[in-house]
Amino acid sequence: MNALHIKLIRELRRLWAQVASIGLVIAAGVAALIIGMGTYQSLEKTRADYYARNNFADVFASVARAPRSLLPAIGELDGVLVVDARIVRLAPADVEGLAEPASVLLISLPAGPQPLNQLHLRSGRLPEAGQTTEAVVSEVFATARGLVPGSRLDVVMNGTHRSVTITGIALAPDYIYAMTPGDIMPSEGRFGVLWMPEATIAATYDLTGAFNTVSLKLAPGAATNTIIAGLDRLLAPYGGQGAYGRSQQTSHVFLDAELTQLRGMSAVLPPIFLVVAAFLVNMTLTRLIALEREQIGLLKALGYGSWSIAWHYVEFVLLIAVLGIVAGYGFGIWAGNALTVLYARYYSFPVLTFSRDPAIYVIAAAVTMGASVLGAVRAVRQAAWLPPAVAMMPPAPPVYRRILGARNPFHLEVPQRWIIASRHLLHWPWRTAGGVVGLALATAILIGSLWSVGAINYMVDYTFNRTERQDGTITFLGSRPAAALYEVARLPGVLAAEPFASLGVEISKGPVSRRIGLTAYAGGSDQTRLLDDRFRPVVLPEEGVIISRSLARLLRVGLGDSVEIRPLDGGGQTYSVSVAGLMEGYLGLAAYMDLEALDTLLGRSPQISGVNVEIDERQQAELFAALKATPALGMISLRSVALERFRETMAQNMFVMIGVLLAMAGVIAFGVVYNFARISLSEQGREMASLRVLGFSRGEVSMLLLSEIAMVTLLAQPIGWLLGIGLARGMVSSFSSELFTMPLVLELDVFVYSTAVVMAAAGLSGLVVRRRIDRLDMIAVLKTRE
Amino acid sequence: MMHGEPIAAASLGEEGAVPAATSLPLVCTSKLTKIYRMGEVEVLALDAVDFAASAGEFDVILGPSGSGKSTFLNLIGGLDTPTSGEAWFQDHQLAKASEAALTRYRRDHVGFVFQFYNLVPSLTARENVKLVTEISRRPMRPEEALELVGLSDRMDHFPAQLSGGEQQRVAIARAIAKRPDLLLCDEPTGALDSKTGVVVLEALLRVNAEFDTTTLVITHNVAIREIAHRVVNFANGRIVSVETNQTRLPASAISW
Repeated sequence: MNALHIKLIRELRRLWAQVASIGLVIAAGVAALIIGMGTYQSLEKTRADYYARNNFADVFASVARAPRSLLPAIGELDGVLVVDARIVRLAPADVEGLAEPASVLLISLPAGPQPLNQLHLRSGRLPEAGQTTEAVVSEVFATARGLVPGSRLDVVMNGTHRSVTITGIALAPDYIYAMTPGDIMPSEGRFGVLWMPEATIAATYDLTGAFNTVSLKLAPGAATNTIIAGLDRLLAPYGGQGAYGRSQQTSHVFLDAELTQLRGMSAVLPPIFLVVAAFLVNMTLTRLIALEREQIGLLKALGYGSWSIAWHYVEFVLLIAVLGIVAGYGFGIWAGNALTVLYARYYSFPVLTFSRDPAIYVIAAAVTMGASVLGAVRAVRQAAWLPPAVAMMPPAPPVYRRILGARNPFHLEVPQRWIIASRHLLHWPWRTAGGVVGLALATAILIGSLWSVGAINYMVDYTFNRTERQDGTITFLGSRPAAALYEVARLPGVLAAEPFASLGVEISKGPVSRRIGLTAYAGGSDQTRLLDDRFRPVVLPEEGVIISRSLARLLRVGLGDSVEIRPLDGGGQTYSVSVAGLMEGYLGLAAYMDLEALDTLLGRSPQISGVNVEIDERQQAELFAALKATPALGMISLRSVALERFRETMAQNMFVMIGVLLAMAGVIAFGVVYNFARISLSEQGREMASLRVLGFSRGEVSMLLLSEIAMVTLLAQPIGWLLGIGLARGMVSSFSSELFTMPLVLELDVFVYSTAVVMAAAGLSGLVVRRRIDRLDMIAVLKTRE
Repeated sequence: MMHGEPIAAASLGEEGAVPAATSLPLVCTSKLTKIYRMGEVEVLALDAVDFAASAGEFDVILGPSGSGKSTFLNLIGGLDTPTSGEAWFQDHQLAKASEAALTRYRRDHVGFVFQFYNLVPSLTARENVKLVTEISRRPMRPEEALELVGLSDRMDHFPAQLSGGEQQRVAIARAIAKRPDLLLCDEPTGALDSKTGVVVLEALLRVNAEFDTTTLVITHNVAIREIAHRVVNFANGRIVSVETNQTRLPASAISW
């Protein structure tokens, strides 16, 4: 180790607190990069492997009932490699330990091997051929309900109770994210998938020799859209409900949304940290070099070259970066693993481990070192190339300017200490600007994460307290005559019942079309209602359809325009209907009609798909018993359960995320203010000692520094608010998909909390530095020349 | 300006005698001792010093480096506390005063002038003086203080725009603006050439004469001894001798 290295190590040790605070900012950036990229890679790669190994299909379609003899024709569509026809049915099930009926999705298993969407068997075995009541169950459901091979489950298949024996527990690539159709989040323990022998399901539902869903595997590079059109054409006569690619396959879409968010996080957060780190490096090194100016001159006089001096300081910066990188690796790997465990709870993968791809770590290290060195360049360049004689002379005294020019036009009587603080800030405009931007970024990160709490509360309030106010929803298995309402109304514990109809339709305007759910409510419905922008109930028009604004934008239609509607399970007939209203909707693309208007439009006898009910809690048990006894009535979902589930899921995801971001913003705020204050103290130590000699108290002298910090922090807030709003907007648009929109709700408290956190971190670091002011050695400072 | 305006001998009192030598001293010390601990070494910086100065006195303190004169000045200025012994300002005991009491003492009674000026670079001359007048009980106007040191026309200049002598005079203006009872100067001319130094000394003498400010000036510069009432010689942490000048010279009469 040469002398310069020894100097380096001692310097690092002497400045340990500043080194540590810069290292922490770097560590946060490295961790954010590793968490974001690592999790993204883990999910992405695991999904790709899983899809490839288990033959996940490319195109999917549902049909009312199509003969298997149609399959060769489908297979002959240009680009189709494999065709897999299945029977899929939703059925109520009676599960031990669950008062209300659960629902299971029955999926047929062929006698031979599965061509597509193959199961990944976790334990047990597949049903034996000929064993009509054996089934494999999805893992999430099995875990939640304690099902193991050998357990029994009561499933109502086509109106008949069947006792099904579980033979195995499995995962499937088309149900990585498994939800009750129509729900917005997975309901662990209330919804499961059962794979049963095709013969059993076909016989039960009278679909022998037929199928109701088909999946296709395409040749690489095949024209997906052409194939979808061809498949639609072939299925249309049999009640085809519209084929779609992976981009509309629920499980795939939800994973995609997650991946998009992760990519967003790794694109936004690490650069923020690296910019702040580069700034801190620049600020600290500039000061260090200013203090060591004479030493630099001396070293050059002794014969050290400019480059070796420059390299000495670059090494200093690189060592800080390395410390930060190592800490960032540690935290990143820990948090990445934790996040992966969380993901593994929601997404059913055979294995999901946090990525160990060395490329991520190399990239993180390289980018960080690059940013740090970049931060050092200016400071090093200024010092290393000074001629030794010049370097050994003290620098020219700083020249200050008056803020308002020579005159003080307002004749303001400002205490001189405030003048000192503000002139000092203005004397180093770039450093001050850097500090302001750093703190603004900390505020922005907080606003950009805290807003989502308010947004979710808003959505919960909007959905469950204002629009969908029913206690429960009973959904029939298919449409039933309107009189079914009275059957439900008569059930024990039902205080009020309001019918609704929902059907899948393709809504189109010109060349643009989307498959959406159309929901119709009876006029005067009170439990479930639509609200306008000012939360006033919307009366459903006697004719015409109300659509969500996002759908209107996609279709490029406005009030009074007409759109085409084609029910997916009908005979392919289309109906023209006018847009009678627009509304905000958070759950994707939606359309609403009056129940009677819908029946009139479709020219059918009144039909409903289910009933929203108000439940007398004291009679809830009787209601569930009655529902279990009358499986033909279908399935019930409860608002309280939905709400609880929603809160649980969100709370877990959000609070982990917010906790991490809060810590990271705190690290930035502390790092910026601490270094800013230390440097300011180093530059003004002399002035402060002078003030102490003149009779200023410690508190008064500290105010010099604290008022500087206060000015920078306060100045940063409005900028931080604006950046935060931008960040929140960016997040809204990255969250938003056709399935789901998040409202940008920015309540005042978000700004207050964010600013409070930044101010607290700033205040804390200010107080840490204040301790140094208290220990200021007046005499030593005054007896020496700067 | 004070050039060519020698201070009349008459204003210095009869035959240059120490003014009011019989009255109660403004500052006095008794067995004042300071020991610095530097690692494992103990340095006896001040060794049982007894001293007294009355109001209006102008004393020059001479002595080689490390003789204890600065330590002495710091102790009676309330910048530091002694290891043992006593220091009094009028009837206030300084030796055992609290940090807050010493701050109060410096604020109300003491003015300091140092070799390296120690002006706040971001404040103009006027503002540097204002810094003190803002916290003083009975200050003069900043303009008045600057006029006293002959800087009326440089009041809105920043330290970086002033010469060394001018900066030191701003420091003096800042020190006297509070109308201190005690003005302590540590090598006030140490960084200045002879001509500039004389101007600074003239300012000090004028303040001493006009406001009866007891003034102690530390210097290496033997030439300055001629302008004092008394000359205090330090060596090895002790006062080795005190001489009283029978006749004082005006600052303009000396050079180095």
